[in-house]
Amino acid sequence: MLNLHTRTRFPNLLHARVLTEADENAPALILVQTGHPDQVITRREFRQHARAYAYALHKMGMAARDLVIIAHTQNLESVYAFWGALLLGAIPSMFPTLTEKLDPALYMASIAELVNLSQVRAVLTTDDFAAQLAPRVTCSVYGSTALLAEVGTGEAPRYVPDPHEVAFLQHSSGTTGLQKGVALAHERVLNQLASYSSALALSERDVIVSWLPLYHDMGLIAGFILPLFQGLPLVLMSPFDWVRHPALLLRAIHNHQGTLCWLPNFAYNHMARRVRHADSEGLSLASMRAFVNCSEPVRADSHAMFLERFAPHGLRESMLTVSYAMAENTFAVTQTPIGQAPHIDWVDRRALMEDQRALPVPPDSPQALAQVSCGAPIVGSEVKVVDEQGRPLPERHVGELMIRSDCMLMAYYRRPDLRPFDAEGWYDSGDKGYMADGQVYVIGRTKDLIINAGKNVYPQDLEAIVNGVEGVHPGRAVVFGVPDEEEGTELIAVVAEVDTDDPQEHKRIKQAIRQAVARASDVSVNFVTLVGAGWLIKTSSGKISRAKNRDKWLAEQSGQA
Amino acid sequence: MDEVTVRAKLSRYITQEIMRDPDYVLDDDEPIISGGLMDSFSLAKVGVFCEKEFGVFIPDPDLTVAKMDTLRQMVARVLRDFR
Repeated sequence: MLNLHTRTRFPNLLHARVLTEADENAPALILVQTGHPDQVITRREFRQHARAYAYALHKMGMAARDLVIIAHTQNLESVYAFWGALLLGAIPSMFPTLTEKLDPALYMASIAELVNLSQVRAVLTTDDFAAQLAPRVTCSVYGSTALLAEVGTGEAPRYVPDPHEVAFLQHSSGTTGLQKGVALAHERVLNQLASYSSALALSERDVIVSWLPLYHDMGLIAGFILPLFQGLPLVLMSPFDWVRHPALLLRAIHNHQGTLCWLPNFAYNHMARRVRHADSEGLSLASMRAFVNCSEPVRADSHAMFLERFAPHGLRESMLTVSYAMAENTFAVTQTPIGQAPHIDWVDRRALMEDQRALPVPPDSPQALAQVSCGAPIVGSEVKVVDEQGRPLPERHVGELMIRSDCMLMAYYRRPDLRPFDAEGWYDSGDKGYMADGQVYVIGRTKDLIINAGKNVYPQDLEAIVNGVEGVHPGRAVVFGVPDEEEGTELIAVVAEVDTDDPQEHKRIKQAIRQAVARASDVSVNFVTLVGAGWLIKTSSGKISRAKNRDKWLAEQSGQA
Repeated sequence: MDEVTVRAKLSRYITQEIMRDPDYVLDDDEPIISGGLMDSFSLAKVGVFCEKEFGVFIPDPDLTVAKMDTLRQMVARVLRDFR
């Protein structure tokens, strides 16, 4: 297997063990779906399909270094297309699919934007959507039928990637995220896989279980490329299926003896609160080595809730680990040790908020706030904490987290104007946190980004949508995140100024705001508050302040409660 | 429990606990999930609520947007198995 000791034996991603290991009958991937029997794909089938897709892409005129967007639901077609593109030397990038909730016109506009910005060569998608999209974009669009018609037994030209060249892109969602394709070179991805596998003490006995979307770094790297590259069985389900039927994950772990699973913090709450007892009866989590909490701030109470609910099913506290990760670092920056619960740092709440200092206090102190450790940086990654002027800060001082590593992005794809690094190669994560005893603690964001159920949401994207709703004063709406204990994530609040007091009209505007956001983004609004003209607080430069308006809104809400 | 009570309880749960907008008047045929009033992971919440409140266990294959998108659909599904 690939790890820190064997790193040099694996020059590029085409050395993936799913493609090269001798035992062809071993399972490569197991697809789990509500209401359907599990579908096992052997390595042999996986290889045949990946090669057949490479050939189909070649026949359709695609070549090495072409950017190929794969916009599908979480299905085998997208899996094979991704690996087929890699075999051909093309650059695949997973993209969210059009769902029944989204407005097709808006979704297509965002793909068209991506096509123009990144010079996409082709989009692979469903038949329905391909027909609608083709007239609107400047690149080729292939639906499943067109692609499958070319899937044959021929051989695509053999491609040997240079370790320094781009292997694939990761995109984050929203108008803002679209504009920055994170370009990752083969060697960087392999550095990440080697180091992270060592941190996880990965072995041939591991089975990785994932419902995470493949267009998200955690899903793409931890829940897709890692297991396939290492030749470990990947038990895969769709995020849409899991979110509605959270017990699906338990059944998948139980049935396939899962050992590793990555989850954003909200998922611990969702599982603990929404898996009904009848759904979990007789299911065991005892095969697990670790759950890894990642991609949104980790809450100690989410782990406690999850542990309490599933301890009778074999869950142990030592299985609850944490990682701090980002697409720009391929994935993991840190990981807490496997086999032990993460360290909890009890700090003084007031000192943290007001003085930006993490002062240790006893857990039973009235001001005690639990900060969950994200662990130490993995081998090859460094973290430093700096102040606003970029000067390094001592331990237990809160500042901006800067990352430097051997698994960083090379650049934002075709965006030479965006410079991700400073002169010494440090990447500004945009996260706020501190270091103590070599461990990283993340406490929030330096910017207004909202992390809702593991998804990065840019408030400016949602504000633009709300401003377009009839009845809202254009430019007089604000969107911010509200941490919620029950859901274990940040919920999304909209406050908009309107002229009317009419209850019917209020209902219409609220409905329109919720619907507009749902149709134009991959999130839903949790709170909509309509206010009269002049409610929103502006900064001295005339901009609407998200932080100040959030504070005002929270104060009013608690006054009402 | 009659239809009126089931509807009132479900409607109150959705507007108060999920939409957190207790003044919102939910119509029978208003699309709740596809209309963006709640996100799809709230379906799992509705499943838990129906079990606790009405003692009706709705199996996973029935907890879908197609089958549970409106108040009318939810009320009918609860009443089907309600004893």
